Parts: sequence; structure tokens; C-alpha cells
Amino acid sequence: MRNLINKYNKDYYGGGLMMLLGLGAVVQGRTYNIGTLSKMGPGFFPVALGTLLMLVGAAIALTAKNSASAAEEKYVRPEWRGWICIALSIVAFVVLGKYGGLLPATFAIVFIAAMGDRKNSLKSAFLLSSAMVAVCVVIFWWALKLQFPLFQWG
Amino acid sequence: MIGQSLMDLWQGFGVALQPHNLMWSFVGVLIGNLIGVLPGMGALSAISMLLPLTYSLHPIPAILMLAGIFYGSQYGGAIGAILLNLPCHPPHAVTCLDGYPLTKQGKGGTALGITMISSFFAASFGIVVMIFASPLLVSVAFKFGPTEIFSIMLLGLICGGTMSKGSPLKGIAMTLVGLMIGLVGTDVNTGTARFTMGLIELSDKVELVALALGLFGVTEFLRSVNRMEVVAKGVKMRLRDMRPSKAELKQSFFPMVRGTLIGTLFGAMPGTGPTITTFIAYAFERKISKTPERFGHGAIEGVASPEAASHSKTQVDFIPTMSLGIPGDAVMALILGALLIQGIQPGPQLITEHADLFWGLIASFWIGNVLLVILNVPLIGIWVKLLQVPYRYLYPAALFFIAVGVYSTNNSLFEIGEVLIFGLIGAVFVALDFSVAPILLGYVLGPMVEENFRRALLLSRGDMMVFVQRPISGGFLAVCAFLILTQLFFAVRSGQRKKMAKLRPVTPTAIPVVEEG
Repeated sequence: MRNLINKYNKDYYGGGLMMLLGLGAVVQGRTYNIGTLSKMGPGFFPVALGTLLMLVGAAIALTAKNSASAAEEKYVRPEWRGWICIALSIVAFVVLGKYGGLLPATFAIVFIAAMGDRKNSLKSAFLLSSAMVAVCVVIFWWALKLQFPLFQWG
Repeated sequence: MIGQSLMDLWQGFGVALQPHNLMWSFVGVLIGNLIGVLPGMGALSAISMLLPLTYSLHPIPAILMLAGIFYGSQYGGAIGAILLNLPCHPPHAVTCLDGYPLTKQGKGGTALGITMISSFFAASFGIVVMIFASPLLVSVAFKFGPTEIFSIMLLGLICGGTMSKGSPLKGIAMTLVGLMIGLVGTDVNTGTARFTMGLIELSDKVELVALALGLFGVTEFLRSVNRMEVVAKGVKMRLRDMRPSKAELKQSFFPMVRGTLIGTLFGAMPGTGPTITTFIAYAFERKISKTPERFGHGAIEGVASPEAASHSKTQVDFIPTMSLGIPGDAVMALILGALLIQGIQPGPQLITEHADLFWGLIASFWIGNVLLVILNVPLIGIWVKLLQVPYRYLYPAALFFIAVGVYSTNNSLFEIGEVLIFGLIGAVFVALDFSVAPILLGYVLGPMVEENFRRALLLSRGDMMVFVQRPISGGFLAVCAFLILTQLFFAVRSGQRKKMAKLRPVTPTAIPVVEEG
């Protein structure tokens, strides 16, 4: 992986990604009516933007920095634990918010997100999320009257 | 006309000083100041997080509060930059260069004092420019048809994409991505659902707050989790320390004026980000200085000029946003979005139709800036303490506020899912060295660009030449072409320089490369 990043610099991936996005917009846009210049259909703008994005993407890849400068960039280790915890915490808020109510959802989002940091212990994460639950009840539920039941089943 | 403006301004003060409005303005600057101090939270995340709170408010207090958050967070950013060498916000990175050495010499208080004076001076100047320029701009803007509106929006998009940070091509790509995200939803003209992937929730467009918080909140957390290390030592600050000496005042007066002018100039140009503005102000000051070697080792001019530039720019930025409906950068795009949510269409008719809002806003700028100067003195100590709260407690709490904030916009859990998706997308883009700010610009302008493009061509019966033939529109397009050509020129020239640089080593510049909010 490390060699791969040094060898092929980021701009190839970036340009490629843009071309892919552009292609996607063109393909999807063509399923809507394109129309004519004087009477444009809903597909005209998406197809035009997609084409432009493909061109820009190609230009990014073609003008990519030379490999020497890319090699100078330090390889950064992916921060899997943090990323997974942050993503999971938001998912947990949505799922628990739907099936459990505001309080469990609040506790979950703070607790899981806090566990993403290596320096947080179970205890500090627990204390932090309990504090946020209290904040949530006082500010959002009691003072701002947020339309979100504190507890619910199913 | 000037007399009329002053009369309107007088009424504006009447609006802004109403206790209710004054209170929200106060809340705005206070919260903005607070969030501005926190590492990793800029004006963008501050405004997007508090946007839902304004839905239940009347438009005037809502916009006063949002504007307060904006310039409040700018004052806050300078504190971390000077006292702790933490460039929490890119525009303040350049302030660190001389601000922190001053702190190490025990003159941190003076640096903050100068910052406050130049900020206030620059903001006042920007406000005066706004008072006189906006009505002029409006009288021109009334002549605009769909053709002209399309061309000037195109100009705004090109500026926003190419001038803010990094590779112009990548900026353009991000603007295009933003335009596409703006397409998601139901086409107004035909009712066709576009890019909704069959989800009913997406038929009513992607939610602005979800997009902004995903891109500027979650993306930032994903990037800095386990990487952000804040070690803030106790810094004590007294009012006495903040009073600069006469010599220091004299030394920083002209840099302050020059910085203000640079900021005003750049504020009038849509799309030039605040970071580039402060960097140019700093570089200019160093260039004309008789003692350039002092820069980077605690030159007070190196603090005064960029801070002035960033504050006059902030104020002048509001001119195209309010009077033409064209936001210059991502923060302005968000404020434009907030106005639209309130049912107010920014544009030439705004000043006449919502005179109380427009002039009230201008008056509140002044009041807000005074409030900030007064507040800053007692608050700096508290903010410095706050900087010692570890990041590992901050970001989980912020995630919760984001989730609840987004939920409260439409009582919809689906939109919290959107936040996550955009956060992940943003993280991928940032990892590939793209700057995500132009996405927001494209998203907000997208529907208007398409609407005016279609209408202009409908009126001209499909003749593309109409954009070039009409003089105002042709002028804007000429500026667009000029911008693209200069970018190409610089790209080619820097390519040649790189080849030259390989032959002989060059000393690296002192200015760090940072990215636009």
C-alpha cells in the first residue's frame, strides 16, 4: 500500500474519481429528457456538468505532480479506529433514535465516538456521554422542546 | 443618494438596537467567539451548527445572529493563533508567524490589543464601503436579466473554484461536484426526479445543513481524530497587558490601513478566500518593510496587517451576497442559504423590499464589533482555559450537537444519515488533496445557475451567442476568460520554475501552506 501511494500519486486517483463521477452523472442524466438548447429538458444540465467534470478530471490526472514531489509526501497511517467509531456513532444515533428514543441515541453517539480516541478510557467515555445526556435533557428536551421522545419502543 | 443611505442607516440602528435583536446579535458574537477559539471549528461549522436554531426566529434576529457568529469566530481565531500558536482557522495561520513570537517575548497582550484595534478599524471601514457601494450595485443590478445573472454567477463560481486554495483544476472539479449535488431532487420545470436513487426523502433536495455539517464537521473530525494534540499552557492576560504603547501604535498604523485596503479590494472580488487575502496582506507588508528580517520574529506589523485584511474582507463580502445574491465564499453561501430558508430572496430587490433587514444588519455589524471589543477583554482568560479542554472530549460532544441540530431542522433522522455520507465523501476528497469549500458554493448557486441558463436560452431561442452579445453579460464572461487564462499562465510558469528549481536549490519560504476553511 505504501509503495502504491508513493508510486502513483494522489492526483491520478483524484482525477480518476472525478472522471468516474462525471461519467456517472452523464449516464444517469441521459435517462432524463435532454431536450434542445432552446427548450432544455431535465437531463441537459446533468449531462453537461458530467461531461465537464470528466474533462476536468482528465486534466487533473494529466497534470499530476511529478513523482519526485509525491515521494516526498509522508505516508500517513490510516486511522481506522477513529474513523469506524465516528461513522458507527452516527449510525447508532439514527438507529437508536428510531427504535429507542433520544436518550439512548444521545448516549450512544457520544460514547461510541469517544471510544474512537485511543486516550479515552471506558470510564471517561461513560462520564462524558452521561454528561451529554444531561445536557441534552436540559437544553433540547426541556428548554427548546425538541420534537423527539426521550424513550420509545419499536 | 448618500444622504438617503445615512437616513436608512439611522433607521437601521433603530432596528438593531431593539432589545430582542440586540440580544440575538449578542448571542451570535458570544457563541461565534467561543467556537472560534476552539481548535478545528471555524465559522463554517459554527454557522451550520447554529443554523437550525434560527428557523424558529424572525428573519431579522436570525440573520443578525448568523452574522455575529461569523465575525465573532474571526476574533476568536486570533486568540489561539497569537497566544498558543494554534492556527485553528486557516486565515489566522499567518497571524501565528509574528503573533506567537510576540507572545514568547511577553508581548502577547500587545499583539492581541493591536489585533483588536486593527480588526475594529478594518471592520468599520468595510461597513462604510458597504453602505455606499451596495445601493450603487443595486442600481446596476436592476438592469440584469437571466443572461446577465447567469454570467455573473458563472464568474462567482470560477472565482470560488480557482482562487481559494491549491490547484485551480481541483477547485473547479469541486465546484462542479457541488453543482451536481444541487441537482439532486425534483426538477422545477418538469417535475422529473433527478439523482434521487428512488428515495422519497431526496426529492426535496439535499438538506443544506446536512451537507455543510457533513463536509465541515464530520470530515474535520475524521481527519483529526487521534491526530489533534492540544497542549495549552496557562496564559494569564490582564487588561493592562493589552494596551499597546504609542510607538507600537504608530508602527502598526499604516500596515493596518494597507491591510484594510487589501481586504476591501479582495472582499469586493467574489471567490477570493480569506486565507489568500491575509497571506497577500502579510507578504505585501514584508515586501515594503525597511526591515523585512524582523518578520517572523515578532514584528507587530505582521499581526496588524493580515488581521485588518481579514476583517475588512469579512464585511465587504456581504455586499455581493446581499445585493446580487451571489455569495463570494462558502460562509457567504451558507448565509445566503439561511436567507432563502427564511423566505427572503437575496438580490437587488432585497434592499428595497427588506430595508429594515438590510440596514439593521449593517448597523448590527457596528454594534457587534463594539460588543466584541468589550467582551474580549474579560473573556480572553476564559477562552484560553477552554483551549485546554482536550480534543477527545470536544469532538464526541460536537458530533452530538451536529446530530441533534440536523434532526431539528426537519425532524428527520434521514438527514443525519446524509451528514454521515457527506462527511465520508468529504474525507475522501480531502485525503486526495481537494478542498471541499467550493462544493457548498456550487450547491447553493447550482439551482439558480441552471434556472437562469435555461431561461436565457429559452428567450434567445437557443442562441448561445446571447451571452456574449449583451454588453454586461459579455463583460462578465470576458473577466471569466481572463481569470482562466491567468491561471493557465501561472500554471505554465510554475511548471517552468520547477524545472529551473531542479538545477539550483532554493530556500524554502517561511509561509506554511494551509487550506481554505
